[in-house]
Amino acid sequence: MNSLPEIWTYLAQEPLLWLTATLVAYGFGDALFGWSGRRPYVNPVLIAVVLLAGLLWAAGVPYATYFEGAQFVHFMLGPATVALAAPLYANLGKIKASAIPMIGALVAGSVTAIISALGIAYALGVRGEVLLSLAPKSVTAPVALGVSEAIGGSPTLTAVLVILTGIMGAVMATPLLNLLRIKNWQARGFAVGVASHGIGTARAFQVNETAGAFAGIGMGLNAVLTAIIAPIIVRFFM
Amino acid sequence: MIVHLAVLLAFQLAGETLSRGLGLIVPGPVIGMVLLLGFFMVFPRLAALVQPTALGLLSHLSLLFVPAGVGIVGHLDKLGSDGVAILLALAGSTALAIAVGALVFVGLARLVGTPNE
Repeated sequence: MNSLPEIWTYLAQEPLLWLTATLVAYGFGDALFGWSGRRPYVNPVLIAVVLLAGLLWAAGVPYATYFEGAQFVHFMLGPATVALAAPLYANLGKIKASAIPMIGALVAGSVTAIISALGIAYALGVRGEVLLSLAPKSVTAPVALGVSEAIGGSPTLTAVLVILTGIMGAVMATPLLNLLRIKNWQARGFAVGVASHGIGTARAFQVNETAGAFAGIGMGLNAVLTAIIAPIIVRFFM
Repeated sequence: MIVHLAVLLAFQLAGETLSRGLGLIVPGPVIGMVLLLGFFMVFPRLAALVQPTALGLLSHLSLLFVPAGVGIVGHLDKLGSDGVAILLALAGSTALAIAVGALVFVGLARLVGTPNE
């Protein structure tokens, strides 16, 4: 019979352990989110990341070893991006009816998100790879990671910036839009989806179903638009 | 379920092939998404078939961020010196983008007379 340290040495090198740990950590974060009454600041992703990072640090396991297992989850980002076609298709009728306001709000929101993030960070002295990683932060993670990689940013840093942006958008959207006295649910949802992707979209669904549907459309459309315009806009900040 | 996943993967593969082959800046999966949307328009029955698997996958979208998120551990030192600047940039730009997007939507909806739900 092997001793516990021997079993650990074997398991720590195998994909099974870290794939399981990733799913369990996320499941725990999701359960906490449910128990909290689905509060936007109890984010399952952040909880899972903190738990796993702490575990890796405590066990002295390098990220590359962890990723051997986690890559199976990571891989699904691609098919998930393709799957965005489904909610877009389901909302095609609504998209057509509000085409002009949506195109305007999409371009305005998308360009504002990229330029203001780069502008504020540049003014505060941020340069190089970190600055470039900011450009796609308003877009859903699978697309943001791809764009970040394509423009010379760091996909891992962008992943965290994407999550932070999502939480910020979900927390600030309702008070901000009330302050602006915007009562149109399509406009409220769409703007949140464009600015803060899936986490903002989930928040919009909690508030109003129309807002949620339009947030989903905004998220999907901005994924395409940002992939096209972010590489062009970042050239002005290099 | 497996067939539906194969459809998603096939469109991702087609997107990757186009993206790499034509040297496009748009990532392969995004092209795959646009291709699939076009395919749904031509073959609505396929949309009804793939819809449950696609929505199921998207309902766990946040899980898929976790492995890349754990990668931040190697980047914490980079955030350290720029941490405050990055947080200010994120908060400022997110608020601006939501406000500008919503105001433009409302303005244009009034201009063209879109029914307000």
